[in-house]
Amino acid sequence: MPLSRILRNILLTIATLVAGGAHAQAPDAAPDVLVRDLTTTVLETIKADKSFAAGDVSKVQKLVDEKVLPYVDFQKMTQLAVGRGWRNASPEQRAALTREFRTLLVRTYSGALSQVKDHQVQMRPYRAQATDTDVLVRTSVVPSRGEPIQLDYRLEKQNSAWKIYDVNVLGVWLVENYKTQFAGEISAGGVDGLIKSLTERNRALDSSKKA
Amino acid sequence: MIPTGLRRLLCTGAVLVALGGSGCATLPPNAGQDPRDPWEKVNRNVFAFNEGFDAALLKPVAELYAKLPEGLRDCFSNAFFNLRGPSTAINNALQGKPTEAASDVGRFFINTTVGLAGCFDPASEFGLERHREDFGQTLGVWGFEPGPFVMLPVLGPSSVRDAVGILAVEPFLDLNFYIDLPAVEYSILGLRIVNERAELLPADRLINEAALDKYSFIRDGYLQRRRSLVYDGNPPREPDEDDETEPDAGTKKPPAEPAEDLTPSGAAGAEMTPAVSPMTDPSVKLH
Repeated sequence: MPLSRILRNILLTIATLVAGGAHAQAPDAAPDVLVRDLTTTVLETIKADKSFAAGDVSKVQKLVDEKVLPYVDFQKMTQLAVGRGWRNASPEQRAALTREFRTLLVRTYSGALSQVKDHQVQMRPYRAQATDTDVLVRTSVVPSRGEPIQLDYRLEKQNSAWKIYDVNVLGVWLVENYKTQFAGEISAGGVDGLIKSLTERNRALDSSKKA
Repeated sequence: MIPTGLRRLLCTGAVLVALGGSGCATLPPNAGQDPRDPWEKVNRNVFAFNEGFDAALLKPVAELYAKLPEGLRDCFSNAFFNLRGPSTAINNALQGKPTEAASDVGRFFINTTVGLAGCFDPASEFGLERHREDFGQTLGVWGFEPGPFVMLPVLGPSSVRDAVGILAVEPFLDLNFYIDLPAVEYSILGLRIVNERAELLPADRLINEAALDKYSFIRDGYLQRRRSLVYDGNPPREPDEDDETEPDAGTKKPPAEPAEDLTPSGAAGAEMTPAVSPMTDPSVKLH
């Protein structure tokens, strides 16, 4: 009896993993379709579950981890934001930079997502050649009250899968907005100084969340 | 919170009078070397003053205001937006966008009448979109550069170009200015500032958490946002000079960039003038 139950659970788990994996791959989906599906899924999930509106941060974080992160290239994002400093960074430093920047972004953007209520995504005109490997997808997020929010994405094609590497909110590109800050930290304390600042910020956010 | 705010306020007030530039704000060693921000030392002190002013006065008032019913706050937001209608229409006309200007005029009349002095926004339901235009953007479309970044006391981030718009031109395009009763005029002005601050409250936490250096986060965000607005949301991509020396930086090929403008706000803006040329845009040289 217990054995068959265990077997069944294992099978179920495998089936879920395969189904989930197949969904996550969505091979060769056009970048605008990918962005539309991704945003719609996230917005629908938030709308369907009241605990998001109640500010359940861990839940938002889980949603971001599962639905968004597979389509984001954090290493490229970090590399572009770090700029010149990236060249002289060791592989360990690069990994640390990417890890800490990713933690910071996921944390802050999860916070922003928890304020989303009844929003809908609207695609804006998209034009790119089939041969393009670096494209801009433009959207508006329309809240139930107030003005539409411009939300654009840059995606790069990597081994036939598209990955987001920059986001634009209301005309402000995320990578661009970190460049000067990162350069400032690096000129003051080197790459390790930047890693330290990011790590400390993440730790501070961690403890303030728990408190 | 408030004691810190007050301390900063007093401290920086004194510095501002002297315009010494070395005061209460912590200055990074390379302050002033950014070509977009030659007055960074003074700007950072003004920013510290603004932060103090915000913590001591503006934010607490905005937090009280935010407790008002949502419907009432929406009414105020709409009405204040409506007050800017004539300015938006005039600026769209000055930027060579007659269709948008006409739509803005229509919006203004519909919302002022049917929308009860702008409290409601029926024009949006009739398909007339909200535009945000001001004289700083018009100057940008005409080809003027932003010039050095300026942190204005109380009003916040700006540039020489945008400050000319805000301080020298916009007041005359604003209906508030033509209210003859000073008590009413300044009450409305005060309420507008508080309303605007209240709308930014949800962003406070995001900025405080996401920014490593709040001053440069706000400055860079402001400059990017304004550049985007000048191009009505579709600025040409800025060349990234790091790419040349960075073989694995990825973006070698220029991406597919919609050259002209088909935004919902529709616009002839982008094809108007080479507003801010990438060659001369000071913000390009920095990185």
